[in-house]
Amino acid sequence: MAGDSLAAKARSPRSVVWARRRLSAGRFWATYRRSVMGIAGLAILVVFVLVALLAPVLVSSDQLDVTKATGPILEGPSLAYPMGTDDAGRSVLALIVWGSRVSLAIGLLAAAVSMVVGAAVGIVAGFRGGRWDAALMRFTDWFLVLPGLPLAIVLAAILGQSMFIIVMVIGLTSWPWTARIVRSQALSVRERAYVERARGLGARDPQLILKHVLPNLFPVIFANTILSIAAAILAESALSFIGLGDPLRVSWGATLELAFAAGAPTIGAWWWIGFPGACIVLVVLAFTMCGNALEEILNPRLRER
Amino acid sequence: MGEWRYVARKLLQAGVTLLFILTVNFFLFRVMPSDPVRLLTRQRGVQLTPEAQAALSSELGLDRPIPSQYLQYLADTVRLDFGNSFIYPGQSVVSVFLRYMWPTVLLVGTATVLMIVIGLYLGIRGGWKRGRPLDVGSMGFSLLFYSMPDFWLAMILLIVFSTALGWFPSGGFETPDSDLTGLSRVLDVANHMFLPVLTLTLGYIGEYYLVMRSSLLDVLGEDYITTVRAKGVREDRVLWRHAVRNAMLPSISLIALSFGFVLAGAITVELVFSYPGLGLLAIQAIDYQDFLLLQALFLFASLAVLVSNLVADLVYSWVDPRVREA
Amino acid sequence: MSVLEIRDLRITYHTQGGGVPAVRGVDLAVDKGQVLGLAGESGCGKSTIAGAVLRLLPPRTKIEGQVLLNGEDVLTMKAGRLRAVRWSGASIVFQGAMHGLNPVQRVGEQIREAILVHRQANERQATVRVGELLEQVGLPPRRINDYPHELSGGQKQRVMIAMALACGPDIVLADEPTTALDVMVQAQVLRLMKELQRDLGLAMVFITHDLSVLVEVSDRLAIMYAGRIVEEGPAVEVFHEPRHPYTEALAAAFPEIGDARFRRRPSGLGGDPPDPQHVPSGCPFHPRCAEAIEVCPSIEPELWRAGEGQLAACVHAEGAPTIQGVTT
Repeated sequence: MAGDSLAAKARSPRSVVWARRRLSAGRFWATYRRSVMGIAGLAILVVFVLVALLAPVLVSSDQLDVTKATGPILEGPSLAYPMGTDDAGRSVLALIVWGSRVSLAIGLLAAAVSMVVGAAVGIVAGFRGGRWDAALMRFTDWFLVLPGLPLAIVLAAILGQSMFIIVMVIGLTSWPWTARIVRSQALSVRERAYVERARGLGARDPQLILKHVLPNLFPVIFANTILSIAAAILAESALSFIGLGDPLRVSWGATLELAFAAGAPTIGAWWWIGFPGACIVLVVLAFTMCGNALEEILNPRLRER
Repeated sequence: MGEWRYVARKLLQAGVTLLFILTVNFFLFRVMPSDPVRLLTRQRGVQLTPEAQAALSSELGLDRPIPSQYLQYLADTVRLDFGNSFIYPGQSVVSVFLRYMWPTVLLVGTATVLMIVIGLYLGIRGGWKRGRPLDVGSMGFSLLFYSMPDFWLAMILLIVFSTALGWFPSGGFETPDSDLTGLSRVLDVANHMFLPVLTLTLGYIGEYYLVMRSSLLDVLGEDYITTVRAKGVREDRVLWRHAVRNAMLPSISLIALSFGFVLAGAITVELVFSYPGLGLLAIQAIDYQDFLLLQALFLFASLAVLVSNLVADLVYSWVDPRVREA
Repeated sequence: MSVLEIRDLRITYHTQGGGVPAVRGVDLAVDKGQVLGLAGESGCGKSTIAGAVLRLLPPRTKIEGQVLLNGEDVLTMKAGRLRAVRWSGASIVFQGAMHGLNPVQRVGEQIREAILVHRQANERQATVRVGELLEQVGLPPRRINDYPHELSGGQKQRVMIAMALACGPDIVLADEPTTALDVMVQAQVLRLMKELQRDLGLAMVFITHDLSVLVEVSDRLAIMYAGRIVEEGPAVEVFHEPRHPYTEALAAAFPEIGDARFRRRPSGLGGDPPDPQHVPSGCPFHPRCAEAIEVCPSIEPELWRAGEGQLAACVHAEGAPTIQGVTT
């Protein structure tokens, strides 16, 4: 009807773009929904994120205080303490609930750092090409030779132990992977026709990158970031276990460190080790499943596997 | 002829990367810390007297300008002079290092061989019979074990197999104060090594499985596999003589790449099992703040990755004739 | 007895989106020393037929009908017999220029493998034979130790041909052997194949989408569309006096220089080949056909007589049964 088409013509280009984006987001969700792995992973993540956000509501922070612990020492799971107690009488469940905040936060922040640095390097290398590409990739390859965790350990040992340092250290030792992946995507995007056309119309590089390249790279970067969150959580737990984590925060890795230091394995205090570790496994598994589901959507060939 | 040029080029690149590693090492321990003097002259966390500090500092060359320190550092490294350890006063870093090296070599070496052999074999079987129980089970297994922190897996295995069942000792390299020789000593060591090796192997085997499987699936879709079948070649020969030989290639790169991760895993696993290797030594170095020792250990770790990459490149070129021309 | 006889062949691929009927009832016959050209656009099923002859199709593909190689039905052969017949009874020349050759194996070794697998010689004799084969296809014998990436596209194709001849097959199926090659190289390879076919008295099935190529090499032509044969007959007649509108369009797309027909009317064929899962009703060609009439969407044509020794699956063919409203 005439009125409709007039209204359609009156929409600005921007609103058309947004409508299109909403539509493809809806389609994306419909595809994602069909992946069993993706949904399972997402469900687990929702649970943990909720627990992390609602921690103060669920468990009083007093329970973390060693001096205020009232529970029996090193007792296995019971009705009162569903996940048992540690060697100071604290509830392991409380430690886990509060630990989720630290572990998830560090994982997300470190992955964000790694993503920003990696994407920046990858985009400049892939898009600019030529000497920039060669130099940046050479640098990235060198960085890849330095073993990640040992480097993180050394940096943490030298620089000190605070949450900020841990985040930066993990982030700055895992960007090379992201850089590589982003670069190869950027290389292929650069060849696409619409980039040529935009250039022909006089668009300058930063504008090209922001408006044309980034939106296309976003899915790849996003999938990669999800996977690097999983890696970051593992890295943080390892650093904390060695004793390089922030001593003031009870991440899951730090809880395991205390357990080990108290000799939990030889005493047989399986709950103190089992439950915090299982949380790490579940969260890492969840992020990995979501990341894999995303990668399958981006690269349908993988689905045949 | 192209092959020798390729090898020479790779060696040259390795040399340049080596220089980079040394520079980073120097940078980390001498340039980056806010007070390298304090960092390197601490002894067991106890502050030395200012005179002792000054003496040690000039002995280590910390009062000289950075570029001169750098050259001194390079010269020392070539001469394998890494200074003296603080944890073991009077002993050179090198001698301490050598003492702790063999257990780690045994641990990482054994685990790597197992991972590669079992992981690749399962990957080949899994890719060949895609979707069957072996394949699906292996994929789930890989995903699960990849998500576990290796120290946690170590502790779980320790609780189950040592504390609860008593099948294996709870740590160490061999039974202390025992005078075993020959076969009984070997068995004793193997007994102690079993759980650590199992931990590392389980943790990383999944990666090899997945890469080999994926690469085999890629190759099986190629035209030349159809050609080979059309020639009337038996299925097992199609798989092993043709498909696997091509599918191996990405696995070689992966093996080199994972080596760094396996080394890192060894650190925490050695800690859990009190296994007297370089990983445990590194943690001791951190605890006692023996940074000269730590520096040497980090250098070793980087070199190990560099060498494994180089070996992988050379093996790759030997297996894939296309690479030699480039 | 024909060397190769195909009776009512029906092939359905298995995919995630359901079954894909690539071949919907094909009958073919090739006699000793004869060359049959099989032409059609991509997706019409011609390459599928080549794969079916040696049972090289993916595992879950449904195959019905009979494929008789020297009288034996390939589709019911046991695995051992099938392996013996592969290459020594019938061989395939794939597109060598792309990925038809194993990249990590020397080309001489790949040819030798065929000979040794069929126990036609010991190792030393096999090596000698490989040298002879390479000479036969115009390659210097020293190429025997080269890797595929060290050869040009044309050379790789020659290797594929030498390999196909290695076990002395009765019939050679050539599946788009010249498609990926430059025009000059294409001509050379075609010439080579013609000579070999003549000298060795081979039966051959030459599969391609390029009709002009087929006219040069084939004795008979069969044109495929949407999984069925729509025209068949002696090569020259089919090309110069096509009886099916599709053949006419296909021929027009590959003009022969000098043929007066093409001088003033270069033409192409609009539209796309039909999706095998959604083949148009009646005659599958009717949506793109310049001569379609009312009844076309409702009649499934069979191969009716359409001229001297020619058959065409079109309502306009001479031998088509009289249908209301149709004048031939």
